[in-house]
Amino acid sequence: MRDAAGMAVTELAAAIASGELSAVEVTRATLARIAARDGVTHAYLHVDSEGALQAAAQVDRARAQGEKLGVLAGVPIGIKDCMCTRGLPTTCASKILEGYVPPYDAHVVERVRAAGGVIVGKLNMDEFAMGSSNENSAYGTARNPWDSARTPGGSSGGAAAATAEGLAGATLGSDTGGSVRQPASYCGVTAIKPTYGRVSRYGLIAFASSLDQVGPIARNVRDAARMLGVIAGHDPRDATSVTRPVDDYEAECGKDVRGLRVGVVKGATDRGCDPAVVEAFARTQKQLTALGCELVEVELPHQEHALAVYYIIAPAEASSNLARFDGMRYGLRVNGDDLRDTYARTRGAGFGPEVKRRIMLGTYALSAGYYDAFYLKAQKVRTLIKRDFTQAFSRCDVLITPTAPTAAFKFGEKSGDPMSMYMQDIFTLPPSLAGIPAVSVPCGLSPDGLPIGLQICAPELEEKRLVRIGHAFETAIAWNHRPPRFS
Amino acid sequence: MAEYETVIGLEVHAQLTTKSKLFCGCSIEFGAPPNTHVCPVCLGLPGSLPVVNAGAVERAMRAALALGCTVREHSVFARKNYFYPDLAKNYQISQYELPLNENGRLVVEVEGTTREVIIQRIHLEEDAAKNIHGAGSGESTLVDYNRAGTALMEIVSGPDLRSSSEAEEYLKRLREILMCLGVNDGNLEEGSFRCDANVSIRPVGQKKLGTRCELKNINSFRFVRKAIDYEVARQITVVSGGGTIRQETRTWNETQGKTLPMRSKEEAMDYRYFPDPDLPALAVTPEAIEAARAALPELPEAKRARYLAELGLTAADASVLTGHPEIARYFEASVAALLARANKLTRDAAGKRVANFVQSEVLRYAKADGLRVELPVTSDHVAELLALVESGEISGKQAKSVLADVMASGKSPAKVVAEQGLSQVSDTAAIEAAAREVLAANAPNVALYKAGKTNVMGFFVGQVMKAMKGAGNPRLVNEVLQKLLSEAP
Repeated sequence: MRDAAGMAVTELAAAIASGELSAVEVTRATLARIAARDGVTHAYLHVDSEGALQAAAQVDRARAQGEKLGVLAGVPIGIKDCMCTRGLPTTCASKILEGYVPPYDAHVVERVRAAGGVIVGKLNMDEFAMGSSNENSAYGTARNPWDSARTPGGSSGGAAAATAEGLAGATLGSDTGGSVRQPASYCGVTAIKPTYGRVSRYGLIAFASSLDQVGPIARNVRDAARMLGVIAGHDPRDATSVTRPVDDYEAECGKDVRGLRVGVVKGATDRGCDPAVVEAFARTQKQLTALGCELVEVELPHQEHALAVYYIIAPAEASSNLARFDGMRYGLRVNGDDLRDTYARTRGAGFGPEVKRRIMLGTYALSAGYYDAFYLKAQKVRTLIKRDFTQAFSRCDVLITPTAPTAAFKFGEKSGDPMSMYMQDIFTLPPSLAGIPAVSVPCGLSPDGLPIGLQICAPELEEKRLVRIGHAFETAIAWNHRPPRFS
Repeated sequence: MAEYETVIGLEVHAQLTTKSKLFCGCSIEFGAPPNTHVCPVCLGLPGSLPVVNAGAVERAMRAALALGCTVREHSVFARKNYFYPDLAKNYQISQYELPLNENGRLVVEVEGTTREVIIQRIHLEEDAAKNIHGAGSGESTLVDYNRAGTALMEIVSGPDLRSSSEAEEYLKRLREILMCLGVNDGNLEEGSFRCDANVSIRPVGQKKLGTRCELKNINSFRFVRKAIDYEVARQITVVSGGGTIRQETRTWNETQGKTLPMRSKEEAMDYRYFPDPDLPALAVTPEAIEAARAALPELPEAKRARYLAELGLTAADASVLTGHPEIARYFEASVAALLARANKLTRDAAGKRVANFVQSEVLRYAKADGLRVELPVTSDHVAELLALVESGEISGKQAKSVLADVMASGKSPAKVVAEQGLSQVSDTAAIEAAAREVLAANAPNVALYKAGKTNVMGFFVGQVMKAMKGAGNPRLVNEVLQKLLSEAP
């Protein structure tokens, strides 16, 4: 039997559809690999062996009966633990949701199941998706498969690590300010943050509602495109869901990119980038030119405010979104002397320090007398950031930056300094605030042998362009690096 | 002692008559077993999202247009953040800076004085769950989320009312309009029409408003009056004693007959309102607004005027009959049916006859439950019955007993009359024969009559009716007797 862990999603689905592999075999192999390796990587918070084997058996039965199989039939899929899974624990890596089992599936989970995907388990993350290193998980940190002393990134660290190490065919993460792109960059895999509204948020436990999007993490661009095709589309249960029909993303793979105008933000790498990243980014530009792309210098004058804007808007929304975790209806409860005391004790014990910090930041930003100066002002600057992109896209078709200013850093390196941790998101925040789609694809290795990521951004609902150029680039550089201990 | 003027503004929370809640598909049926009309959305489960109920928007817009408001084409839902177990998300989705509707008016009249009340805004919001205190051992509180997420509109008046009677009148008129539009069932007991009052006083002639107190827990028209009267007297006592009014929220305590302090301005919560990122701005097209305006029904005020002008009703009758939309419909259907049956009747006469009969006989048996009214007989039966009276087949007195039989049997009035042989004898020959016999047998009384004692007429009528076993048409009996008495030598 071919090693499922080394196969792409599209290859696996084809092998299962042709009968070369059975879904149950693939699932068993994946579960065995998780058992063998996840003690170190700790990508999973919960593995659902029984459910996965049942789903796989269902795929094999359907195939035996000649039924039409979905595009993910039999492919093992991991789900970040902030997406609701009926009957499976969903904790957001927080103590406050310890033991919580949702009564319903998130929209994206329904879609994955409907496409025949086999859900193997729930993936580690920074608590409530707040963090860039996975160090904020209440259940122990996921580790980078390239170097277990380093972070897999965050907040979808478990999803990126599991994908990189072959602990799932592909995974679903969520991205609020870079949470699929940055860990994908650190783990040498591909992640797409779709246009805001392209993927339904129904069942995604909210961090910052105006920014949150579910995005796929995969070992190559074609796989990511297939995953995006499965989860994208209108959902009447999410009022912010876009109604436009979904494009055929996979069909973009292999298309010509000659003449495509690629915007390079002026001075993009001037701001605290590691030399390795600067070098990889310069090399990338040459490779794109070699592919026939035309490089255009563009400006995003308000980009420098993105971090400040993000750290007002996202915590403000989070402070309200996380108010429901109060010990009254579900999750952790620590009884106190009265109602107020019970609230305080429950939330005091249930939330970790970063979540508390952001709830306080957000509560302050929305307070009477401060609202105009903080939240309202931030919204206005957000509009300017969005306008910058619109103007830039009048001169280019896509726009590139590094995904993160560094490669994966070591645990503890930044955890004492929130600001330096927040700086990891400087490239991923502007597209999030603008609501536009972006992909992170590997673009090389650092001298330490760590992957470096390239971020490509496109105008609203132009995910097709991301797939087209991402796939062409990945093919051109022949990216097939695996973590050293992959096999 | 200075003279004080009372200033009142009212905030009404009216539950909309949608079948489902404001942001999910759960039923809003009242009185279901606790926590049976719930789903991830109204329970605020992690990951759930709200979607606006278009029917609620349409109803709030209907109310707004009837009250002369401007409907905003883009309004915004905002989160009102505070912690309490009756709020599943610990925020309430409401509208804050940009409400759906603004700037309407309602004119009320009390003892001949009219008062124009400005409707500052009408916005949409979700209701909270119901806390049931003192459950179990008596110390715990249970929460029933059936009500959570029910669609409400909040109707905020300006500080334009000047007495508790005006406040009561405003509430009655408002309730009547909302019921007439079918957007609220007016049910005070079930809490679907609730009110808070902002009350202040100021020396007569002063422009600046006094410090206000917000009164809560005044969920009947009677409580509104009592609470406002108490509060005004309390404020006057404080101010005339040299004190100052503290801005605070007070609750009406019916047992003590007092308003009691709940929380002061300093203790007031900072709700940290901000636009709900889960809900895009609510867009209403100008076409939808115009369509809603065009579809507005005749409002109670206009109905009353029409009943007075066209149907000959008194103001009091018109007020009763327009008090509930179903009764008004029933009344008008009965009048139309009666006119169809008794085509010699004028509209005026038909209106009066139906108004009298419906008010004195039918409504006694009517049972109102919100927007539904259970009436004892159909409007067709009312018309048939009154037509039988009109044609002289039965007497007005008999109509009442026929009504009782129609109610009991469900048979048509004509059938009841036929089966019971109640038809009045309108055959003049039969009446004349009986009358002649009565007159012949009572010669002394005839002599008295002729001598001018015309009040013996009643005696003759009674005797004729007795002889005819009550079946004689009283009007004809009268006419025949008069004719015979004037003929006789």
